[in-house]
Amino acid sequence: MSDLLALYQDIILDHNRSPRNFRKLAHTSHEARGFNPLCGDKMTLYLDVQGVNIEDVGFEGSGCAISTASASLMTERLKGLTLEEASRLFDEVHRFLTQPPDTPVSPGSQLGKLEALGGVRQYPARVKCATLPWHTLDAALHNRLEPVTTEAEPHANL
Amino acid sequence: MATWIQAKKTMDLKQQMEMARRDFPILGQLIHGKPLVYLDNAATTQKPFAVIRADTAYYETQNANVHRGVHSLSEVATSLYEDARKTVAEFLNAQSSSEIVFTRSTTESINLVANVMGRSQIGANDEIILTELEHHSNIVPWQLLCERTGARLKIIPILESGDLNLEAAATLFGPHTRMLAMTHVSNALGTVNDLAPLISLAHEHGAAVLIDGAQAVPHMGVDVQALDCDFYVFSGHKIYGPTGIGVLYGKRAWLDRLPPWQGGGDMITSVSFQHTTYADPPHKFEAGTPPIAQAIGLAEAIRYVTGIGYPSIQAYEANLELYALRRLLEIPGIQLIGQPLKRASIISFVMNGIHPHDIGTVLDQYGIAVRAGHHCAMPLMEHYRVPATVRASFAFYNTYEEVDSLALALDKTWSLFHP
Ligand SMILES: Cc1ncc(COP(=O)(O)O)c(C=O)c1O
Repeated sequence: MSDLLALYQDIILDHNRSPRNFRKLAHTSHEARGFNPLCGDKMTLYLDVQGVNIEDVGFEGSGCAISTASASLMTERLKGLTLEEASRLFDEVHRFLTQPPDTPVSPGSQLGKLEALGGVRQYPARVKCATLPWHTLDAALHNRLEPVTTEAEPHANL
Repeated sequence: MATWIQAKKTMDLKQQMEMARRDFPILGQLIHGKPLVYLDNAATTQKPFAVIRADTAYYETQNANVHRGVHSLSEVATSLYEDARKTVAEFLNAQSSSEIVFTRSTTESINLVANVMGRSQIGANDEIILTELEHHSNIVPWQLLCERTGARLKIIPILESGDLNLEAAATLFGPHTRMLAMTHVSNALGTVNDLAPLISLAHEHGAAVLIDGAQAVPHMGVDVQALDCDFYVFSGHKIYGPTGIGVLYGKRAWLDRLPPWQGGGDMITSVSFQHTTYADPPHKFEAGTPPIAQAIGLAEAIRYVTGIGYPSIQAYEANLELYALRRLLEIPGIQLIGQPLKRASIISFVMNGIHPHDIGTVLDQYGIAVRAGHHCAMPLMEHYRVPATVRASFAFYNTYEEVDSLALALDKTWSLFHP
């Protein structure tokens, strides 16, 4: 059962039970919707960007523990970042989640708490759950209005 | 005395099914170090040795194309293929084997009917009646047909129990009704539909009836003449047979009247660049080289299942299902989705505060295979206002001990998420 505990770490279960920033914002400058057609996970992400700074973040939707925790951890992390930094974070998290399970984290890594999401790499079918909020972020940063889906996610580590 | 006889019967059935279980080599394996508990039979069933061996024997000793050679192997392959058709015809109690068309799957059978009905029988303002229980494969082909022809869909709603609302159904039929296409057994809830009244209603209105039997044939004998449906479809892989083979039963009068679907070899009697004459049914609907090995494997699967016998299968599965329902209801936070009057070895449920996909992942770690998702029935999920459910679906080779493993693993799942 050690794999299970690596997937459902306390921090994941905690963010699933009490998702942070689970709300609409009073003022939203960027918004995007994400949808995983395979399992029906849905989310809407709201950003309040002033100048180049992300002042506030919120999300709504329904999904599994992994996608909910991933979204919650993401929103917590995004607050205070610049658009540029958020975009770099997306790249790093996406790379991290789609790598083979035992790939070491690079020395200059910005992941921090987000490393807890790495448990999904043992579960190819669940990688998309963790990446959905991040693809939604990418869409929001680029002002893409079409809902994003995770269907194109490569099974890089199968 | 009576209860003693009952108990003895139950024991005998258990023993019989334990023996049958040994015919399925895949069931002996370990998943994550735990014995595989395969409860995803509604997605696809496992295959007995008899089917696996028939497939091997075909490729090792009998392989040739059918209907096209005078050489010996081709004759062997052709007669095995046509014998498979007879086996299916007898299995469904069709009047003749010319009423059995081999397709790739249930999905392809439905698409075939929707296409040829659309070309000849259904036009603008005609109505096609479906039910809220349908699998996407009995929704989308009809939607495509509506887009092409201007016909409209009408949907028979369900009651909260997951049974069809027959009163509401009666109001949907009218002078424009051309087709009733409905499932025999719901793949998401397990509901066994009472077909007779709806088939009569459809026929009173001059409409044709297609029954999707994908989830019925693994669990119950079907008599298409008694049902009096116009079309009945199912997939080989859900009844212990190979993938890549499906069945379309159609009343001969319909198959005669309907135009062909795909064109190609095998479905013609003569071709010139000016004019082609089509073969008689069923070959009219089987363009190109058919799934030969798969048809032979399906016939073997049917012989296998009827060898065990539906009365035994039904009696055993009914007991197992009751036991499973009882065990599941003991688990904290479980809510059944659908409580139909009659169900066929399928149980859908959700757990408070735990997403079905997380349940699926945890169960997998215990070696237990269930389906977590929308079961290709998104309108039905919408009805129950859930994004997904967990579905445990049983076959005669599942055991009481496996139900216990499921219950135990669900208990652990509950504790993991509610520490
Ligand atoms: C009720 C029902 N209809 C149709 C189908 C489609 O079957 P297939 O995918 O074999 O074509 C299924 C299988 O999932 C089903 O359960």
